[in-house]
Amino acid sequence: MAEVRTPPGARAGVTGPPRHGRGPRPSSTGRVVYGVVGVAGELLITVGVLLLAFLVWQLWWTDVEGNRAQAGIVDEIAREAVPTADPTAPAGPAIATRHTGDAPVMAEPAHATTFATMRVPRWEGEPERPVSEGTDKAGVLDRLGIGHYEGAAMPGAVGNFAVAGHRTTYAKPFNRVAELRKGDAVVVRTATGDGGEGSDTWYVYRVVSTQVVDPSQVSVIAPVPGDPGATPTERYLTMTTCHPMFSARERFVVHGVLDYWAPVSEGVPEELLAGADGTVGTQDDVTVAELTRSGSGT
Amino acid sequence: MYGWLWRHLPGPAAVRVVLLALLAAAVLAACFLWLFPALAPYMPFNDTTVGE
Repeated sequence: MAEVRTPPGARAGVTGPPRHGRGPRPSSTGRVVYGVVGVAGELLITVGVLLLAFLVWQLWWTDVEGNRAQAGIVDEIAREAVPTADPTAPAGPAIATRHTGDAPVMAEPAHATTFATMRVPRWEGEPERPVSEGTDKAGVLDRLGIGHYEGAAMPGAVGNFAVAGHRTTYAKPFNRVAELRKGDAVVVRTATGDGGEGSDTWYVYRVVSTQVVDPSQVSVIAPVPGDPGATPTERYLTMTTCHPMFSARERFVVHGVLDYWAPVSEGVPEELLAGADGTVGTQDDVTVAELTRSGSGT
Repeated sequence: MYGWLWRHLPGPAAVRVVLLALLAAAVLAACFLWLFPALAPYMPFNDTTVGE
């Protein structure tokens, strides 16, 4: 860029074209060739810089924007406040009691409606993520975070509450999915907005298995995962995301079952408090026992 | 290309450098706001759902 103002005789600098052997000035044909080559080179450099900028946008800026947008969505959800423990006790929310009977189930909302949030204590430091209806990228996954497969069961319902989320980029809600272990809690909190059936309820699922499948293996989100024709009797959770990271070649799939549910008006699930204290890592020993209990209980 | 741009920018070198920086920033902003979001759906690594 800077060589433009140098006199014609001194153009053999680092950035200038090589000196022509026959004389101090290149012929007019030579000038045209150098001009074309120079412009082509500048174009190639420009394309390279723009490709780099695209990577920065895709790998970093979509996370920045997505995290901001999703935090705003969670903030704006109209929902009941979590009650605090009795006034004489130290500050802090009350702990919800476990309900293992039939859970209240909300109706399936309209496309792109945010109806719940999800928190995973294992992913310490991850924010609460909104869960919205639909799994198309432009309408839900890229803008609203986690998406609920249309037609799949709603939280707490018998069947398969199946959701999808980005593992990389767009705030990557399922980025740490590979950290999940059998027995880990996945906590869903619903809010219909109108306080209808199934609103303001905690649903605590327990991870049963993780697997990597081909993208065409849609049976993982069937009402009975892996068995498309069967009639469900269990309350399943399925989380799908891409695998390996930064690729769409395969899918990482997490299956879980409902452990218990509780109205938000009773307090918070103890799993979330354990997460806040940073004691998640010690849960491994107890959760397998809890999982077996939940397997028959729900 | 950039040489032509440099010759046609007004003012002393310092002003031209500032103008070029502003131009570059504007191009980058346009890419972040409109071009890249429009291109992203065509990238093969963005599909996370099962099926389709």
